[in-house]
Amino acid sequence: MTQTNRLDGGQIDRDATLSFTFDGKTYAGHPGDTLASALLANNVRLMGRSFKYHRPRGPLTAGSEEPNALVELRSGARQEPNTRATTAELFDGLSAKSQNRWPSLAFDAMAINDRLSNFLTAGFYYKTFMWPAAFWEKLYEPIIRKAAGLGSLSMQADPDAYDKGFRHCDLLIIGAGPAGLSAALTAARAGKHVILADEDFRMGGRLNAETFAIADMAAADWAAQIIAELCTMPNVRLMPRTTVIGAFDHGIYGAVERISDHLAIPPAGKPRQILWRVNAQQCLLCAGATERPIAFENNDRPGIMLAASMRAYANRWATTPARRVAIFTNNDDGHRTAQDLHAKGVKIAAVIDTRPDAQRSHDYEVLQGAQVKDTKGRLGLTFVEVAQADGSSRTVECGALGVSGGWNPNVHLTCHQRGRPTWDDGLAAFVPGGTLPPGMTVAGAANGALSTHGALQSGRDAARKALGLKGRAPAVPKAEDAPVNQSPFWYVQGCSRAWLDQQNDVTVKDVKLSHQEGFRSVEHLKRYTTLGMATDQGKTSNMGGLAIMAELAGKSIHEVGTTIFRPPYTPMAIGALAGRMRGKEFHPTRLTPSHFWAKERGAVFVEVGNWLRAQWFPLPGETHWRQSVDREVTATRASVGVCDCTTLGKIDVQGSDAATFLNKIYCNGFAKLAVGKTRYGLMLREDGIAMDDGTAGRLAEDQFVVTTTTANAAKVYQHMEFVRQCLMPDADVQLISTTEAWAQYAVAGPNSRRLLQKIVDADHDISNEGFPFMGCANITVCGGLRARLFRISFSGELAFEIAVPSRYGDALMRRLMVEGEEFDVTPYGTEALGVMRIEKGHAAGNELNGTTTALNLGMGRMVSKAKDSIGSKLSERPGLNQADALMQVGLRPINADHKVTAGGHLMNATGPVDAAHDQGYVTSAAYSPALGCMIGLGFLKDGGNRLRERLRLVSPVTDLTVEVVVVSAHFIDPEGERVRA
Amino acid sequence: MIIHHPLLGPRDSAEFVYLGAAALMDRPDPETASADDWHDYAYLRDNPAGPHRELWFHEGGDRSILIVTRDTTTHEITDVALARPAGAQI
Repeated sequence: MTQTNRLDGGQIDRDATLSFTFDGKTYAGHPGDTLASALLANNVRLMGRSFKYHRPRGPLTAGSEEPNALVELRSGARQEPNTRATTAELFDGLSAKSQNRWPSLAFDAMAINDRLSNFLTAGFYYKTFMWPAAFWEKLYEPIIRKAAGLGSLSMQADPDAYDKGFRHCDLLIIGAGPAGLSAALTAARAGKHVILADEDFRMGGRLNAETFAIADMAAADWAAQIIAELCTMPNVRLMPRTTVIGAFDHGIYGAVERISDHLAIPPAGKPRQILWRVNAQQCLLCAGATERPIAFENNDRPGIMLAASMRAYANRWATTPARRVAIFTNNDDGHRTAQDLHAKGVKIAAVIDTRPDAQRSHDYEVLQGAQVKDTKGRLGLTFVEVAQADGSSRTVECGALGVSGGWNPNVHLTCHQRGRPTWDDGLAAFVPGGTLPPGMTVAGAANGALSTHGALQSGRDAARKALGLKGRAPAVPKAEDAPVNQSPFWYVQGCSRAWLDQQNDVTVKDVKLSHQEGFRSVEHLKRYTTLGMATDQGKTSNMGGLAIMAELAGKSIHEVGTTIFRPPYTPMAIGALAGRMRGKEFHPTRLTPSHFWAKERGAVFVEVGNWLRAQWFPLPGETHWRQSVDREVTATRASVGVCDCTTLGKIDVQGSDAATFLNKIYCNGFAKLAVGKTRYGLMLREDGIAMDDGTAGRLAEDQFVVTTTTANAAKVYQHMEFVRQCLMPDADVQLISTTEAWAQYAVAGPNSRRLLQKIVDADHDISNEGFPFMGCANITVCGGLRARLFRISFSGELAFEIAVPSRYGDALMRRLMVEGEEFDVTPYGTEALGVMRIEKGHAAGNELNGTTTALNLGMGRMVSKAKDSIGSKLSERPGLNQADALMQVGLRPINADHKVTAGGHLMNATGPVDAAHDQGYVTSAAYSPALGCMIGLGFLKDGGNRLRERLRLVSPVTDLTVEVVVVSAHFIDPEGERVRA
Repeated sequence: MIIHHPLLGPRDSAEFVYLGAAALMDRPDPETASADDWHDYAYLRDNPAGPHRELWFHEGGDRSILIVTRDTTTHEITDVALARPAGAQI
């Protein structure tokens, strides 16, 4: 429990101590620590194993660009693999495990890969597992899958909630470092609505990691003071722990806010994360810069890290990876690290500077014109081998090495709309290019302003420009303004196993090999070597790879270019993208007004689109669904049944041109339909294929009620609006969907009229004479409740559909059950509905399957030639009207015990059974209680002329062959006497 | 994307359903059109890299169908008009 590498100062709360475990061992840290800083304070440098060679690794960075220190955070269902220890905020009780090692982090059996590295070079998998092809699925892939992958999933459902939300602002500022704070202050004081988002839990960016002064204050104190001022301003929203993941169209930015990741579990009622959709009038990218490493032999040992990260650990987190450190740099920034660590009492073994004229120091030795040749230390750095300017070698003992190769502006978000960064020779780095996402400006280090003063000034100026602020610019405080002296230095000559991409184990040698083998585009280099892939997306590695590629090809880095940056900026939880739309909430569940009544009756429900519909109503003693369904069918046909058909789409069509409009959308005629009458209508797509069917009842000269199938309700409504607004813009017709407004019930069976007469108010005559088949009317029921009555039948029985306002649906259903007792009224579900419509030969979704025409459905003559309607012209195409076109038929098995299955194909009684001899297929099948056998509907070539022909129904998938006979699709009451009774 | 609805102002594209190219409004005249005209109307669409006129149905809004001119390479929207002069309303 001793934090041996803890230094003085820092922005941690030493008054509180947090206990946490790593690989089962308990350590202590403080609020303000990250997992990585706390482990370093406890003298733990080794935090993971590399992906391919299983090399021991420690943190390379102190931020979200981290390639190495990936851990499995938390346990149980909340276990999350590949979490960066460098950004994981420490909390009491945190538990983390290292990854990609077995049996332990210190001894990893798969480290054998490191010895086999001569074979495991770039493209190893592509080259090795080529042939024999048959080995791939059974042998190669399972082996690779077992060895591959980083971290493990909990295999349990995510217990946390995620939310989504919208935010709006005049100016979104991404990054709360010096540029972002300066910009926020400028915009906020001008009264603009500002959102300031930063991925860190402590705003301030690099200011928290530096010791220099701003306006005679410590940089971190200055940042804290500005943030405190911003906090008091009602027009400013500060969003710490929020990563802007992408720049999308029209000023929309995605931002993931980590609400509860710094807590053991989210507080009750709080989500873990929120994905914000930020609508920003203007955006200011102040994402800062990322330090770049230098590649040298064995540059990946635990303890070797970026120099500015080492400085951040010392200044912000008061910790050092070792008590004796060295620095390897090609620029002045490395010296800053040496000075800060020296001031904190850390021994600087040497500063190794590639420049012959590097500044000297009184406090430590500077090796001018020197380079790191190699390193030693199996599980952590012990020595570095230095090649000195005079050619001699020298061994420097140290437990950590800070490496600085200069800084790369974080241009990622500037490229999310296919913009490309441009190469700046003076800075030796890519800077934001000419085409930025509209509304975006870049300021600070992200735009190449690498000094603190430069960042403060550029943030202020960019905010003023973006917002069009006039008047005198406020002064920026006095701050460090050292000249930037970056020059390219990517790797030490002669190195080979020098890591460019530590996450994917891509070395200088791999990039050279890839070049030798002909991969000349950066995108090919990336795919072949995996450089820049995985969780860090090459934030620290891409530049080195590009530089070497350019050198080998004899091109400039600008000519080589970069790979494309895509969202998200850093990895994000899939849960945040899903939000609340998971499990049963993936789509809304729609319940009909009679749902709770049906539930009380013990109904079994089925999902139909978003709806839940009663499928059947089992009675005590019924153990198989067929018993319930057969009973419901038989009872309905014998007396009366009631079925909830609320889910059918209902569209109210009104206006003086309503009939003309229906004439256009239905292939059959509607202009002459009398008021008080209903007609079946078939809707075609413009290509002549059937789209949907339903009924339209004319309630008044200028009002129709159109019904659609449940599944197509939204689609048909869309289509009707298209025809109305785009094809008939001058017509006087209005549409509105009233599906939810009316509860509707089919009341079917010979006693249906007698039942309805008990609830329909007496002044409405619903006798056969007063209200004949296909009638419709506005009526009242139960003593004055407004209702609509349609005499239509899907079951083939005498039947009605009655609609009442939704809020009365439950009451009406209960009333029907009470009033129907004397007729043994039976509620029936969608299964019985399906059986009865198949018995009657009515087409449904199975027949209107997107490939069938009116002709196929036996309704060819319905397509009116007397008028133009959608699809009428193209339905006349010869290809859809061949002599042997598929026609809907009924099918019965020769042997009443045999099964008829939907999906089976029809073959002639003799001859081959293959696709070339296919005669058609079965669309619907059911057991018919009326006929005592299974029956089917199907499409058969020239089916109209093949009644009584014997065929074979085959299903090679289920190994089925059944002899069937072709019959009329109207299995019951073919003359339609019952519906007219 | 943000679509500037002529009646309702800037609206999030999530409120809309895409209905295809605006060329769908140019339905052939049933009196005079040839079979080729119908074929082209039903099956052929331009696929331009650049400005594209297309229909967006404000299903989560006022149900107007809008003719949106959008650059397919940048998603820049240069024009929005109502398909029916009065929109979905009377």
